[in-house]
Amino acid sequence: MDFLVGAFKPPCNVSISFVDTKTRKQVPLKKDNGQTIMVPLFQSQENIIGEVLIEPTQGKKFEHNGVKIELLGQIELYFDRGNFYDFTSLVRELDVPGELFERKTYQFEFSTVEMPHESYNGINVRLRYILKVTIGRNYISNIVECQDFVVRNFTPPPSINNSIKMEVGIEDCLHIEFEYGKSKYHLKDVIIGKIYFLLVRIKIKNMELEIRRRESTGSGPNTYVETETLAKFELMDGAPVRGESIPVRLFLSPYELTPTYRNINNKFSVKYYLNLVFVDEEDRRCLGAGS
Amino acid sequence: MMIPDGIEDEEKWLAEGIAGIQHNAFYMHRALDANNLREVLKYSAQMLSELRTSKLSPHKYYELYMRAFDELRKLEMFFKDESRHGVSIVDLYELVQHAGNILPRLYLLCTVGSVYIKSKEAPAKDVLKDLVEMCLGVQHPIRGLFLRCYLAQISRDKLPDIGSEYKGDSDTVVDAVDFVLQNFIEMNKLWVRLKHQGPGRSREKLEKERSELRDLVGKNLHVLSQIEGVDLEMYKDTVLPRILEQVFPDEYHLQTLETLLGACPLLQPTVDIKTVLSQLMDRLSNYAASSTDVLPEFLRVEAFAKLSSAIGRVIEAQVEMPIVGAITLYVSLLTFTLRVHPDRLDYVDQVLGACVKKLSGKPKLEDSKAKKQVVALLSAPLEKYKDIVMALTLSNYPRVMDHLDNETNKVMAMVIIQSILKNTSCISTADQVEVLFELIKGLVKDLDGTDVEELDEEDFKEEQNSVARLIHMLYNDDPEEMLKIICAAKKNIMNGGPKRLPFTVPPLILSALGLIRRLQGREGDLTGEEVPATPKNIFQILNQAIEALTTVPSPELALRLYLECAEAANDCDLEPVAYEFFTQAFVLYEEEITDSKSQVTAIHLIIGTLQRMNVFGVENRDTLTHKATGYSAKLLKKPDQCRAVYACSHLFWVDDLDGIKDGERVLLCLKRALRIANAAQQMINITRGSSGPVTLFVEILNKYLYFFEKGNPQVTSAAIQALIELITTETKSDSTAPDAVSDPFFASTLRYIQFQKQKGGAMSEKYDSIKV
Repeated sequence: MDFLVGAFKPPCNVSISFVDTKTRKQVPLKKDNGQTIMVPLFQSQENIIGEVLIEPTQGKKFEHNGVKIELLGQIELYFDRGNFYDFTSLVRELDVPGELFERKTYQFEFSTVEMPHESYNGINVRLRYILKVTIGRNYISNIVECQDFVVRNFTPPPSINNSIKMEVGIEDCLHIEFEYGKSKYHLKDVIIGKIYFLLVRIKIKNMELEIRRRESTGSGPNTYVETETLAKFELMDGAPVRGESIPVRLFLSPYELTPTYRNINNKFSVKYYLNLVFVDEEDRRCLGAGS
Repeated sequence: MMIPDGIEDEEKWLAEGIAGIQHNAFYMHRALDANNLREVLKYSAQMLSELRTSKLSPHKYYELYMRAFDELRKLEMFFKDESRHGVSIVDLYELVQHAGNILPRLYLLCTVGSVYIKSKEAPAKDVLKDLVEMCLGVQHPIRGLFLRCYLAQISRDKLPDIGSEYKGDSDTVVDAVDFVLQNFIEMNKLWVRLKHQGPGRSREKLEKERSELRDLVGKNLHVLSQIEGVDLEMYKDTVLPRILEQVFPDEYHLQTLETLLGACPLLQPTVDIKTVLSQLMDRLSNYAASSTDVLPEFLRVEAFAKLSSAIGRVIEAQVEMPIVGAITLYVSLLTFTLRVHPDRLDYVDQVLGACVKKLSGKPKLEDSKAKKQVVALLSAPLEKYKDIVMALTLSNYPRVMDHLDNETNKVMAMVIIQSILKNTSCISTADQVEVLFELIKGLVKDLDGTDVEELDEEDFKEEQNSVARLIHMLYNDDPEEMLKIICAAKKNIMNGGPKRLPFTVPPLILSALGLIRRLQGREGDLTGEEVPATPKNIFQILNQAIEALTTVPSPELALRLYLECAEAANDCDLEPVAYEFFTQAFVLYEEEITDSKSQVTAIHLIIGTLQRMNVFGVENRDTLTHKATGYSAKLLKKPDQCRAVYACSHLFWVDDLDGIKDGERVLLCLKRALRIANAAQQMINITRGSSGPVTLFVEILNKYLYFFEKGNPQVTSAAIQALIELITTETKSDSTAPDAVSDPFFASTLRYIQFQKQKGGAMSEKYDSIKV
């Protein structure tokens, strides 16, 4: 049985490491199987330097058709599983076809890599970056080893960031005016605002602020829209009277948010909304506000 | 069995809540021991979530709250020790705000906030401000009240008060006061809202709950009073106005009245307490006016007594307060009283009395504002009761008026009169009349120091006309009382001086005559009282009154009144009285009335009145008629003479059944009139060279026709015929210019004769002999 097991075992172990693993920031990444692993974080225009270690198992030699390492930026749509759209693809040949006898390390370097999009893990779509080492072999499947890494890009704060101020309401039931300090928030930002009650004729039990993520994937007729509520934050308990002004202060940091993505490679968009929810003694009514 | 069930349920819910708190507190303690911040926050939030219940009454909720409160103390200790959790206080302050539910979040925030202030990493005022703002998120009355109560409790020793270690450079005691006040205001709002909660719950129960919670709200005031840095200046500028601002519900004011008022007199004069107090009272009165339901509440808290004594104390304490301030206060109090205790006239009087006390010993008011306020003060009861009688029973009312200067006094008097006239309320007793005249004495007589020249003629007339109208409002159905009223009125009016009498005496006389007519026929001493209400007595009074007029002098008016009286006496069958009045009238005519025009008017009045008299015996009548005719012939202008004389003819022919019908003397008069007319015509001829109009002749012709028709045997158709011809020749003579008045007059007279001739019947036959 050992023989059999050995036959299906990969003939070598492949590991990819980055040259600055110790100093580079690690962020958690949720894998397909639900586990969270820590992976390094990069941003666009950075040099990605590291080495690949290939260690033949059992001390046996094996033949290969060459070793290459690829840096891929992929968008994976789950309804179209298996198809990856590579928007970035860089290749480095590490070795010419030949035989491997012992462990061997290959240096690799991708310098100033253009990585325009950020990693994203949504309901229907995933955007990820991987380093993929392929050891080509004859007749049998290639040996492939992948290393995920995460890309986050910084954009300068927008020069115009107006406050949102709007008066909304349900005729003769509820009129409110809300005001948020900004219309664009960064991920560790605090939403500060207030809600001013102009007219209250319904019995409000409480008021919540919801953060909703709207993810739309595909294009044209094949657009899939998925909305999920990421956060519910109770703003008010009890029924206000007319003229009351309720403060809003919501720290965004505890929530797993991403920046707003607009039409990434024509594949998907992600938008966030702030939703005010009033719960009255019978049912709930919503009033929304984009962000 | 609903209620016992409810109580049992509540016990059950409370037990569940306590169990929930204990359960989570247990895990929290474990986390505390392990210095595990994450777990601590998690379990403390869960623990505090038990306070989110809506099922408990305030009483039970309080129990629950106290449990949580104890646990929070431990939590605070933990937060205080950074070495135990390794998170800076600033981060901690943010961290607790991540909690999704607002109530636990805010309790934790307050707890951390307290530590934050202690750490002095941020100014206490900023933290406090943030906390008190954030607590706005809880709008549920009970939960909000307790949350804010917690906030008040933990912040109590951390206010940036003077001498407090938390008073930074930028923090002032103002911030401390602001904080406490704001929290107080918000608690108040919540407390009031409690009233409108839950439709199913019984009212008494609600009230009971509310009173339980009142203490919570009141705690803030305690805190406020303990802030040492609150000096009076600040109290004046910040605290009081805000306490009294409209954020405070009226009802609340009512309940806390005593506390509030207790503080007022202690304030220094710099505090604008009067505005504050009057605002308060105005609001309370509006509140009282808004619904009658709340009135019992006012009675219960004895609002009036409290306010009244408070104002008294304030005024006493603040010697410096300008008089206008004091009066303003009284006005407010009065308004309040009128609204809340409309039935308590004694309260009104009490207020006025207090005002008098304040005003006494001071010179008359000079300040125009103060005057205005007094007018407002005095007008208020009038407006309210719409009945001056009420005001008249207020013993202090006139005393307040005494403190007004003359001008204002007059204004006030006008207000009173207008009020009476508007409401047509009758003043029905002599006592009231006395009081009333005392009130309006500014109008009725000259007051000391009034500068007569300053008076505006028109204003004066209007005032006096009002007084005159007022006299007509003095009325009682009972003659005895009415007589007293008249006497009282007369007494007051007589002091009015020459300018007023012409206005005021006539209404009095007429009013008295009205009484006389009611009494017609009553004779002698019926009641045995001093001045029984008999016409005779009244006439005596009237005689005096009119005599006063003659001295004014206002002879024409007096004459008219004498004649009126004479006529009334005639109706009462009192010959001597009537004669006396006529004598007076004649005397006046002879001695006082010198103007020829007035004489004409007077003589016609005399003739007219005399003609209607039937009480006189032959002798008296002769004397009088003789006099009258004599006067008539002595008028200055011929036409006037003529007209008066032919008018006298009626004195001898009264067209009644038993009237005098002295045809001979009638004819004498007419002839005399004709002679005078002739003389007049000649005079015109001489002076102007042309004949005057024949108007007089035509008028005499008409008199002839009248007596002819009435069957005076002395007036014959021949005489008429002659007169007609005379007129015809006169008009047709060359020297006579056609006249627009007399010609048509004559023509229509002739037409009348024609008509009578053709009418048929006895009258036609009579006229038959007249040829036109």
